Amino acid sequence: MATSTSIVTRSRGPGRPDRPGPLGRLGRLARPGGTAGPTPPPAVRVRRQLAISPWLFAAPGLLITAVFILYPFVSTVINSFTDRRTLLPGHFVGLANFRELLHDDMFWIGLRNSTLYVLGVVPALVILPLLLALLVQRNIPGIAFFRSVFYTPVVASVVVVGLIWVWLLDERGLVNSLLEAVGVGRAGFLSDQWLLLFSAMTVTVWKGLGYYMIIYLAALANVPRELHEAAAVDGAGAVRRFFTVTVPAVRSTMVLVGALSSVAAFKVFSEVYLMAGPNGGPAGEDTTLVMLVQRTGTGLSGRVGYASALSLVVFVVAVVLMLLVLRADRREES
Amino acid sequence: MSAVEKPPAPAPTPAPAPARARRRIADEYGRRVRGWELVLRYVLLLAVLALTAGPFLWQLSTSLKGPTEDIFTSPPKFLPSHPTLHNYARVSETIPVWDYVLNSLKVAVGNVVTNCVGSALAGYALARLRYRGRRAATLVFILAMLVPAEGIIIAQFTTMRELGLNNTLVAVVLPGSVGALNVLLMRNAFLNVPYEIEEAAYVDGANVWQRFWRVALPSVRGTLAVVAIFAFMFSWDDFLWPLIVLSDPSKYTLTIGLNYLHGTFANDERLVAAGTIIAVAPLIVLFACLQRYFFRGVGEGAVKG
Repeated sequence: MATSTSIVTRSRGPGRPDRPGPLGRLGRLARPGGTAGPTPPPAVRVRRQLAISPWLFAAPGLLITAVFILYPFVSTVINSFTDRRTLLPGHFVGLANFRELLHDDMFWIGLRNSTLYVLGVVPALVILPLLLALLVQRNIPGIAFFRSVFYTPVVASVVVVGLIWVWLLDERGLVNSLLEAVGVGRAGFLSDQWLLLFSAMTVTVWKGLGYYMIIYLAALANVPRELHEAAAVDGAGAVRRFFTVTVPAVRSTMVLVGALSSVAAFKVFSEVYLMAGPNGGPAGEDTTLVMLVQRTGTGLSGRVGYASALSLVVFVVAVVLMLLVLRADRREES
Repeated sequence: MSAVEKPPAPAPTPAPAPARARRRIADEYGRRVRGWELVLRYVLLLAVLALTAGPFLWQLSTSLKGPTEDIFTSPPKFLPSHPTLHNYARVSETIPVWDYVLNSLKVAVGNVVTNCVGSALAGYALARLRYRGRRAATLVFILAMLVPAEGIIIAQFTTMRELGLNNTLVAVVLPGSVGALNVLLMRNAFLNVPYEIEEAAYVDGANVWQRFWRVALPSVRGTLAVVAIFAFMFSWDDFLWPLIVLSDPSKYTLTIGLNYLHGTFANDERLVAAGTIIAVAPLIVLFACLQRYFFRGVGEGAVKG
């Protein structure tokens, strides 16, 4: 037992006098040697000792994920082939829900608006935050304050942001009274179908600017300064350097931002819901796809089956856009 | 986009600062920043500042205007002539706003605790422990991260009904209680801790729990703080899920309460303004105190998509 004594001494080494290992370990620790080299390979020990506890560690996360993410996903797929309602179990109806989709005007309106949202929001969210990042990149006095304030809309709830803009864009709100004061006249930001969608996009962009600005700041920090210096020596002005040095250097980040913001834009709900109202504005013309899912599938008379079919459309488009993220990410790594 | 609002651009008078700075301020390459460029930068910064902070300040100003003051004047009046907290008192008379604050707080704190505990444990299991099925477990979280919440929200709603949890605050917390992204963030953080430290602890006789709690976890405090803050922000700001799962007004969280306030008293702008300020103030304070974690979270979250 000479060896195990020596190991006990080790394990109660000077650093941690008050932490004895569990007694059961002694025998096992002694086993591999009997020789002078007392440290057993950790991997072997870990595997033997922890047949159960790794699963205990992972269990809460796996359980929550399985019950509230994976199971709902599977049941979304299954429900989309049934006529299930909130209070009725439903029967298998084959592709009826999907056939109905094709003839549902609201579905096409929702798909149109969500797609328009991507087309309107994404270019702005790819370009404007980059310009903003360039503006706050240089460490001039007070810049930390500016960065923080520019980020504040990200922190605020989308409900708060939406309601702030509802008031700003009100028929008699600040924007209209300013427009009137400069002689342009008032506009129906929240009553005209297209202007309303555009206003909602503006709010989304306004709220997202700071988030993507921070992403771009990290990317800009990695642009080698030699490139800028060389271009400047060659006589390239600021605008020229932006297009020949900055843009190529952050291109992969631009792709990433484009993919991230397009996934988010396609799933838009809150901004339009708050600004256009639960029914999506006059005659529902401003309904987005997720608003339609929410309206169709919830409540006591919710058509769960049909809403699931709608959800699958959201899912498929979002995953396609998300795969773009992964591709962009991979390209960045390589 | 930026033309939508012509803000009360504070007269661009940064002149004194750049004038002094002209002699001192160097750019990141060590060169002197030219004076006119500095002026231009500050003018642009102030313009963006007005665009981002302006709407919040206008809302604050509206919430402080008394019942007799005209809030529709053109040109607009930016400062309340007789600031009053009257509207804040009225909010709490109109809706049980402090109950909603409490509900939001319960949900947010619950979300922080479950996310920190759940994702630290699972992240450690994925990063450090060897067992059959580890790769499968990692894959489960990656897949879960890719599922867009909006795509399964109706099924989450029916799942809650099946569990009999509908219309409870527990139901608000549960689906996001251990975010897959957070698990993967913690996994990466644990992977970045040198394994030698834990080997040393192991040799010293620490069991798996002790190694996790006393050695590994303290090394990833930064990431854990990011997870905590984003869990808080996410659940304090969340709208769609609580809107779907909560039907009883006494259970409303603050965002749903605000939506209700807006829907019912849309014409009372002062009231809605006061409500939004109540909702946003705590997060702005939190952000002001813990900025670097907010910024860090953006970087880490974005890389993972």
